[in-house]
Amino acid sequence: MFKFTVRRLLQMIPVIIGATFLIYWMVFSLPGDPTAGKCGDRPCPDAYVAQFEEEYNLNDPLLVQYGKYMAGVVQGDFGESYYGVPVSEELSERFVVTAKLGLMALGIEAVIGILAGVLAALKKGGFIDNVVLVSTLAVIALPLFVTASVLQLYLGIRWELFPVTVGSDTSFYALLLPAFVLASVSLAYLARLMRTNLSENLGSDYVRTARAKGLPQSRVVGVHTLRNSLIPVVTFLGYDLGALMGGTIVIEGIFNIPGVGNYIYRAINDRDGVVVVGAVTALILVYLFANLVVDLLYGLLDPRISHD
Amino acid sequence: MTTTPAQTRATEATYAEGEGPILAVEDLSVTFPTQDGPVTAVKGLSYTVEMGKTLGIVGESGSGKSVSSLAVLGLHDAKSSKITGSIRVAGTEVVGLSESRMRKLRGNAMSMIFQDALAALHPFYKIGDQLSEAYLVHHPSASKRDARRKAVEMLDRVGIPQPDRRVDDFPHQFSGGMRQRAMIAMGLVNDPSLLIADEPTTALDVTVQAQILDLLQDLQREFNSAVIIITHDLGVIAEMADDVLVMYAGRAVEYGTAKQILTTPEMPYTWGLLSSIPDVTASTDARLIPIPGNPPSLLSPPSGCSFHPRCAHTDKVPGDLCSTQLPDLTPASGVDHVKRCHLADPEMIYRTEILPEIAPDLVEENR
Repeated sequence: MFKFTVRRLLQMIPVIIGATFLIYWMVFSLPGDPTAGKCGDRPCPDAYVAQFEEEYNLNDPLLVQYGKYMAGVVQGDFGESYYGVPVSEELSERFVVTAKLGLMALGIEAVIGILAGVLAALKKGGFIDNVVLVSTLAVIALPLFVTASVLQLYLGIRWELFPVTVGSDTSFYALLLPAFVLASVSLAYLARLMRTNLSENLGSDYVRTARAKGLPQSRVVGVHTLRNSLIPVVTFLGYDLGALMGGTIVIEGIFNIPGVGNYIYRAINDRDGVVVVGAVTALILVYLFANLVVDLLYGLLDPRISHD
Repeated sequence: MTTTPAQTRATEATYAEGEGPILAVEDLSVTFPTQDGPVTAVKGLSYTVEMGKTLGIVGESGSGKSVSSLAVLGLHDAKSSKITGSIRVAGTEVVGLSESRMRKLRGNAMSMIFQDALAALHPFYKIGDQLSEAYLVHHPSASKRDARRKAVEMLDRVGIPQPDRRVDDFPHQFSGGMRQRAMIAMGLVNDPSLLIADEPTTALDVTVQAQILDLLQDLQREFNSAVIIITHDLGVIAEMADDVLVMYAGRAVEYGTAKQILTTPEMPYTWGLLSSIPDVTASTDARLIPIPGNPPSLLSPPSGCSFHPRCAHTDKVPGDLCSTQLPDLTPASGVDHVKRCHLADPEMIYRTEILPEIAPDLVEENR
């Protein structure tokens, strides 16, 4: 287990280097001038542009730029945004908010998705099963921003149950609605995945054995079927954390949440390359660690998978 | 009046001393509704098993062997199957019995061993835990330590070396033969009066097959339980069974003692089964004759005798009786030996036509 973890951590190094380089390359090869909108209606003075380009190494070849950037990152310096604020400082503040939002979404997704899937599988073809199938279909078919706007309109404005936007108050309650919207699509997939797996496992030989032993239904399902059905679900949840992080860019924009997603969204609009690379790198790290956790969880769920 | 588990055990014990068969199946039919129409997998099946005796059920895939046995344990989903007729286990009618009362019998008074132990044992739990669980569910007052001791004892009994250490292994750490032994240990952990073994040796290689069969016989003698062994292997039948039930397309087609079925069979399907098994000791002249064709579809079973499309002897029956009328189970020449066939003198045909083909040396000896 220890060896496996160390090996996996070492494997992350080339992944991080590759991913950051790709992002860096893409962001800085985009056409456009970062100083274009900085000086109001007029173009910036040449002296300012020269200083700006000097400060952000914009005149160096791309590989040298990247090398200088990474040299800073290794020392914990993610550079400064074009507004002169250190990226690491703002990122760490915003990361707390996004992590909270992401984990809340993941929690909502796991609890509701698994529960709905289990209920649907146990009463296959019944009322709950059909409700789950139809409602998940609707959620999957709707784009995230439509779901978000509709819920904002009804739950936020008409019925005043939740704050419409989040702003500076990032309490649990304020983040509840955005987290639910963020989770909705994955939740639907998860419920279907759980249903399919559970109903398939319920027909397996070892479940028949469990019945033949005379075990009560609760134990047959709870002990002998659920655990195996959870393996693909855990895989999905791990990979989905990455997708949720991507989803925050949209959701944090719609609900005005001061998180990493919003930060990236703004930086892309401002052509603030340093911020984009730094923030996306942070999300990549989250994704990689989530997948490491998933791989370690496999070993706990299925004794046949050994990490030695 | 409430009966304690001890009292139930006591009544079972007295029952064992001879108040009729431990299992009596009468006119059992099992039907599954499917999208293409109802499939009757078992039709009008009747048989009995006495304590300490072994019944062998033989037939091809899809003949209803397993379906009828799963019905005995009540393992068919009530929503997706229809079961009629009567199944009495130790005098208790189990057709239509409530799930909670059925559960008390399952794994306790009767238990089942499945064919592919790797698939039938739970891959995520230790062998010992699976055994203890089977014990604890019917002995709720027993402690976990008792259950574990029982698990080790059972593993020892079925010949697993170092049972106190192997008890903590997972099924994938066992060999195929050991897994089947563990499966048998799990089936016997509550001293069942009736043990159903569904093709217990099919997934094993031949040397291990013999060990498992020996083990089953030893344990049966020790526990004095009744055993139903489901197989398509007549070698297993010859080794194990007291009585034999031959099934075809959901019906019993021949039923008698093992000796009768193996030496004086009177139904062409049984002849077919006998002709298609190789015999190491037979002369090299002996031919292996496969049964032509495939088992019939249960959705649209053949008219008349369900075996007639594959039967080589229909020309010896007057008219088209075979394809129009289902033969009844009628007494054959031996005592308590019944067969489902229109042939007037099957014994004669077997001796003059079948036996010389499959065992020429045997015919020589008899001459």
